[in-house]
Amino acid sequence: MRFVLRRLGFYIVSFLVAITLNFAIPRLMPGDPASTIIGRYAQNGTMTPAMVRSLRAALGFQTNANVFQQYWSYVSSLAQGNLGISYSHYPTSVMTVILQDVPWTLFLFGIATILSFLIGTGIGIVSAWRRGGILDTVLPPVMLFTSAFPYFWVALILVFVFAVQNPWFPTTHAYSGSVIHLTWPFARDVVYHALLPAGTIVIASIGGWILGMRNVMVSTLSEDYITMAEAKGLSDRVVMLRYAARNAILPNVTGFAMSLGFVLGGQVLTEQVFSYPGVGNELVNAALQNDYPLLQGILLFIVGAVLLANFLADLVYARLDPRVRQER
Amino acid sequence: MGTPNLAIEEAEFAEAGLEAPSGRSLGFLSGLLQDPRAIVGMGILSFFALMAIIGPFVAPYSPTAVNPLQASLSPSWHHFLGTSQLGVDVFSQLLVATRTSLLQAVLAGLTATVLACLIGLTAGYLGGWIDDGLSLFINVVLIIPTLPLLIVLATLARGSSIPTDVVDTLVIGCTAWPWGARVLRSQMLSLRAKDYVLAARVSGESWGRTVVEEILPNMTSLVVANFIGATLFALLFQVALEFLGLGDTTAASYGAMLYWAQQTDALLIGAWYWFVPVGLAVALFGTGLALTNYTIDQLANPRLRTVTGGRGKKRKSGARAVPSDRNEPVTPVTGGLTDEPAITGRQAG
Repeated sequence: MRFVLRRLGFYIVSFLVAITLNFAIPRLMPGDPASTIIGRYAQNGTMTPAMVRSLRAALGFQTNANVFQQYWSYVSSLAQGNLGISYSHYPTSVMTVILQDVPWTLFLFGIATILSFLIGTGIGIVSAWRRGGILDTVLPPVMLFTSAFPYFWVALILVFVFAVQNPWFPTTHAYSGSVIHLTWPFARDVVYHALLPAGTIVIASIGGWILGMRNVMVSTLSEDYITMAEAKGLSDRVVMLRYAARNAILPNVTGFAMSLGFVLGGQVLTEQVFSYPGVGNELVNAALQNDYPLLQGILLFIVGAVLLANFLADLVYARLDPRVRQER
Repeated sequence: MGTPNLAIEEAEFAEAGLEAPSGRSLGFLSGLLQDPRAIVGMGILSFFALMAIIGPFVAPYSPTAVNPLQASLSPSWHHFLGTSQLGVDVFSQLLVATRTSLLQAVLAGLTATVLACLIGLTAGYLGGWIDDGLSLFINVVLIIPTLPLLIVLATLARGSSIPTDVVDTLVIGCTAWPWGARVLRSQMLSLRAKDYVLAARVSGESWGRTVVEEILPNMTSLVVANFIGATLFALLFQVALEFLGLGDTTAASYGAMLYWAQQTDALLIGAWYWFVPVGLAVALFGTGLALTNYTIDQLANPRLRTVTGGRGKKRKSGARAVPSDRNEPVTPVTGGLTDEPAITGRQAG
């Protein structure tokens, strides 16, 4: 319990720091974001000082309020779920825009992460069990090499080979057409569109799972209870899965929960390559169009998701590993 | 940057228990030269350094000269890697881009290393509430996903009058430091209690002088490894940022080349020479950095050779090389943009 409370405390503090940074960064930056926006409006005609002032106020840069008042109004509107109005989707609120994108991101990357976790952990188990075998010798150097590739470049190559040269998969978008139906053919279409992007994420992320599982498994295999199990005459399968893998999978399980949080953040590039209508794509579009409220709203949202996922990971960990639960 | 943050607390114990890297400069270098991986890695790095220096001079064409009559040519003897949609020679572009991207990655890596040293060493040496505050700050920055943060910072900074490439380099440097700061802080914790450090303090040296003259030389390899890691991080994120169109897309750099390849539908028209060579160049340079970093880590980090248990408990060198119970997976590579050294933490106590 103390462990969980301590972690909870850390995440709350982290979130407060993130909120404060989100508030402070635009105000500390050399260029004033508000001036950039005002500059853009000003191109369409001259602006009176009164217009500039009211625009600044609308953007959340009230010049007549001091920093603390500004901070307070920022935090209190945040507590009401008000992240401001998006410029690029005017007059839709930032919250609405984000909530529209979240299901796509969760769908695509949830699937990719689960697949990557299952396949990677499986390969890790086998690779550690047959230590010195083909898998075990070939994989680490290959992993080292592939980890240096820019991820999106691998995605581009895969699109080139499997969608352009051999048109087996669609190159972009999450579904054909422009309307969302709730029918079976549409669901199939969505899955079909998700296969290639999900595949690229699996390829990019599977190495971590393989190496993680393999390393823990190798040291678990040298434990006395494994020797004992073998001495009892248990079958290889039982020793491998029920004795070794079951104990070794612990760190990978928490890693899984944690990576679900990064699911919301790390996939910006995939969504950009595939024009997938998720949060990451929205983030880049917001950046390209100087849509500051949306930009910051998404960042805060992603940070919140990551913190939440990490906290869940800690809960799972405390549940799975009795040593953590003990009062320390 | 998928950093399992549970590992964070655990790793501290493991790292705090480290001995100072034994065998100073000469032995270290010769060890590096005996490892084939290090030779390959440093060979690759030297090659890229050479390209960065001579590239712009040996480039057969101008990297910016637009020539509509020669647009979108396939590779030939005149244009080794073909020409872009605007008729720019891709091979020349690549040579010039090597200098740009290399320089930016190294500068960002340097910025990150300086920040990591300042913050990590201060926290580790001073201890107390300063350490608590700085450690919390490190952990918070570590938990924020890097790419979204970078995108936001880069966008906000664009409003200023500073050139985009300088801003991006600084911004990347300012997000790449926390991992190094953690490692350096832990190393500082273990070195701080050494007799020679105590001797320096007792003899009345100021704390700045003690850190710079007594402690820092004893973590050179760690700092170098950190620098190389941060450079790799910077390279990949720089390329990613430019690919997204958030960097300086007018300059000849790896990321800008990939950006324009994507923008001009290289995939659809089958112009593989617009993006395959660039990506390979990034990957090769990255591999050189990763190999070098890996071998320095192996040599400099006693944890990877013989295990010294946390909190003063000595383990026999015959003990398992990898701590078993609570080590985290090598960071799940979310988005493929991960280069933190795999931290294998051991539960202390």
